[in-house]
Amino acid sequence: MEAFTTHTGRAVPLRRSNVDTDQIIPAHWLKKVTRDGFEDGLFEAWRKDPEFVLNKPERAGATVLVAGPDFGTGSSREHAVWALQNYGFKAVISSRFADIFRGNSLKNGLLTVLLDQEVVDALWELTESDPTAEITVDLQDREVRAAGVTAPFELDENSRWRLLNGLDDISITLREEEAIAAYESGRPAFKPRTLPV
Amino acid sequence: MGRTLAEKVWDDHVVRRAEGEPDLLFIDLHLLHEVTSPQAFDGLRKAGRAVRRLDLTIATEDHNTPTLDIDKPIADPVSRVQLETLRKNCADFGVRLHSLGDVEQGVVHVVGPQLGLTQPGTTVVCGDSHTSTHGAFGALAFGIGTSQVEHVLATQTLPMARPRTMAITVDGELPDGVTAKDLILAVITKIGTGGGQGYILEYRGSAIEKLSMEARMTICNMSIEAGARAGMIAPDETTFAYLKGRAHAPEGQEWDEAVAYWKTLRSDDDATFDAEVVIDAADLAPFVTWGTNPGQGAPLSSRVPDPASFEDPSARYAAEKALEYMGLRAGQALRDIKVDTVFVGSCTNGRIEDLRAAAGIVKGRKVADGVRMLVVPGSARVGLQAVEEGLDTVFKEAGAEWRHAGCSMCLGMNPDQLAPGERSASTSNRNFEGRQGKGGRTHLVSPQVAAATAVTGTLASPADLTDVPAGV
Ligand code: SF4
Repeated sequence: MEAFTTHTGRAVPLRRSNVDTDQIIPAHWLKKVTRDGFEDGLFEAWRKDPEFVLNKPERAGATVLVAGPDFGTGSSREHAVWALQNYGFKAVISSRFADIFRGNSLKNGLLTVLLDQEVVDALWELTESDPTAEITVDLQDREVRAAGVTAPFELDENSRWRLLNGLDDISITLREEEAIAAYESGRPAFKPRTLPV
Repeated sequence: MGRTLAEKVWDDHVVRRAEGEPDLLFIDLHLLHEVTSPQAFDGLRKAGRAVRRLDLTIATEDHNTPTLDIDKPIADPVSRVQLETLRKNCADFGVRLHSLGDVEQGVVHVVGPQLGLTQPGTTVVCGDSHTSTHGAFGALAFGIGTSQVEHVLATQTLPMARPRTMAITVDGELPDGVTAKDLILAVITKIGTGGGQGYILEYRGSAIEKLSMEARMTICNMSIEAGARAGMIAPDETTFAYLKGRAHAPEGQEWDEAVAYWKTLRSDDDATFDAEVVIDAADLAPFVTWGTNPGQGAPLSSRVPDPASFEDPSARYAAEKALEYMGLRAGQALRDIKVDTVFVGSCTNGRIEDLRAAAGIVKGRKVADGVRMLVVPGSARVGLQAVEEGLDTVFKEAGAEWRHAGCSMCLGMNPDQLAPGERSASTSNRNFEGRQGKGGRTHLVSPQVAAATAVTGTLASPADLTDVPAGV
C-alpha cells in the first residue's frame, strides 16, 4: 500500500448525504475478478446525468472528495474503496462515515477524514465557487488546509502509523519475517507438501 | 492443566504471540478455488508480492464447472471468466492447479483429503466456509475471506484470535439405517444454527470413533451450519489407515514419525471444554429438514411442526416464513412430501461411500415417474472409482443422470439449478431460500434417504422400500 503523508489536490464537492456503497459502485460490478478497472462504475447511475458534478470538465483530475454525512453506508463491499481509488481519489472528507467503509478505506490506503459539518460546508462553498481551489490533507500534522480553512482532524494512532508508513495487514505481518522463517525451519519433514521438493 | 485437541494443534502453529493481540498462526495447507481467489491474486500483483509457499498451496476448479459437456467452452460468461482467471493466476504465480478434465479436479474439500494432503495436526485454510470438512482428520481447518486468502498467499500465516472449544459427545450405537448425515442434522437442530458460534467443535465418543473417515468428513463439514468456526475429530487408527499410501501421505521413517505425533493429538483427560453437548446415538433416526435453515429439521417419521409450538418468538416467526416459502402445512407427514428432484453430491455427501450407499438402494429399482435424480461425484477421481465399480451403470439403469464432478446443484452457480417452486431432496448442506436455484425448495437428507426418495417420489428412508428390487 502507498504511504500517505500529505496530499494536496483539487476537490469534488458532493452535496449528498447517505451515499451508500451501492451508489458508489453498483452490485453488477462485483462480478469482476480484479481490484482495478472500477473507475467507470464509480457513481455509475448519477454519472448518466451530464450535470452531475463528477462529469463537469473543471472537476477532471480532482483527488479529494468532499462528501455529505453518512458516506459509505450499506453493504460491506470493499469494491467501493477500490472504485474511489481507481478513479483517482486519495482522500474523502465527510462529517460521518459508515464504520465498515471507514475500516475498509484505511486498510486500503484511502484516507477518510472526519471533520465537523461546518468545516465541510466551508469546503463545499470554497470549491464550488472556485473549482481550482486546492485542499491539503496533512496526515503528519492531522490537519486539513484550504483558503480560509484550517481544521484539525482525529485519527487513531495505529491507523495513522500504518498510513504514514504505507503498511497494510500483509506488510505488518511481513515485519515478523524472522519469526516466520524460524517457525518454518522448525517444521517437521513429514508435514504435507503440494509440490515435489 | 490438560489441553483439548484444538488447543494442541493451535499451540503447535503459533509463530508469534503477544499480549492483547491475536496469535500469528502458521498455515500448513492453503486450498484455492476460482470464486474467492481472483482479488487476492490481484492484490499480490499490485503490491509486487509472490506466493510465499507454493509447496503448501494447491488450487482446483469446482463452483462454476459444468457437469455436462465439459469438453465444450463454458457458456456462462461470468463462470468462464472466473475459471480463466484462476488458470491465468495459477500459471503466473506458479500454483499447482487441477482444472476441469484433470483426474484430480473436484470440490476442493474432496480433493485435499483424497490426495492425502489433509493430515492430522495441520492447519488448513480455504476461501470457503466448508473448509471445516478437513477437521475430520484432526486438522484445524477454517474458512477465510478473500483478504485473508491474500494474506496467506503472501505470508503463509494468519493473525487469529483463539476460539473457545465445545465437546459434542455421541456415545452408543447408531441404529440401523442412521448415518453421519442424520447425526449432524440432529446436532444442528439441537444446538441451533448459532449454537456453535465462536467455538471449535470436537466430536467425540464411541459412536464417532466407529465412523469411517468419509462419515467423519460429513459431520465436520456441517459444523459451519451450526455456526462454529471449525469442527474436529481426534485422529485414530481409522485416520491412519485412510491416509496410508495416499499420494501426499508421508512414507517410510517419516510415516512413523508422523504417526507418533498424530497419536498425541487427543484431548487430555483433564482438559476442559468451554461447553459440552451430549447425545445418545441410540436416540437418532433418519433426519430431514423441513425449513429454510439447516437447524429446521426433524426425524423423517415425524410431521411438519406447527410454528405455534416454538416458544421462542423469533424461532416461531422463522418457522412461519419457512413453511410459507417451502409450501408446507403444519402437521403434514414428512413422508408425504413429494419431490421433483433428487441431488446426490457436494462436499458433504459426494464421496465414494455416499455414492455406493445411494447406488445400493436404487439398484434394480427405478427412479419414480416425474422425478429427476442427479448424481454428481465430489471429484473426478471419485467419479472414476464409481465407474470402475459399475455404480454409474446402476444409476443410469435406474433412470438417474450421471454427471461430471463439481459443486453443481449444491449452490447452482453452474447450470444445475432448481426451477422456481421445484422441490428437491438434496445431500448437500444448505437449504437456504434460493440456494439451489431461485425459488427452489430444498430438503437436506442423507444419501440413503435421497436414493429411497428418488424411488418413491416422496421423502422416504430405505426401510420404506418394501418391494424386492429386480434382479436381486
Ligand atoms: S459442494 Fe457446495 S458447500 Fe461444498 S464447496 Fe461446493 S458449493 Fe460449497
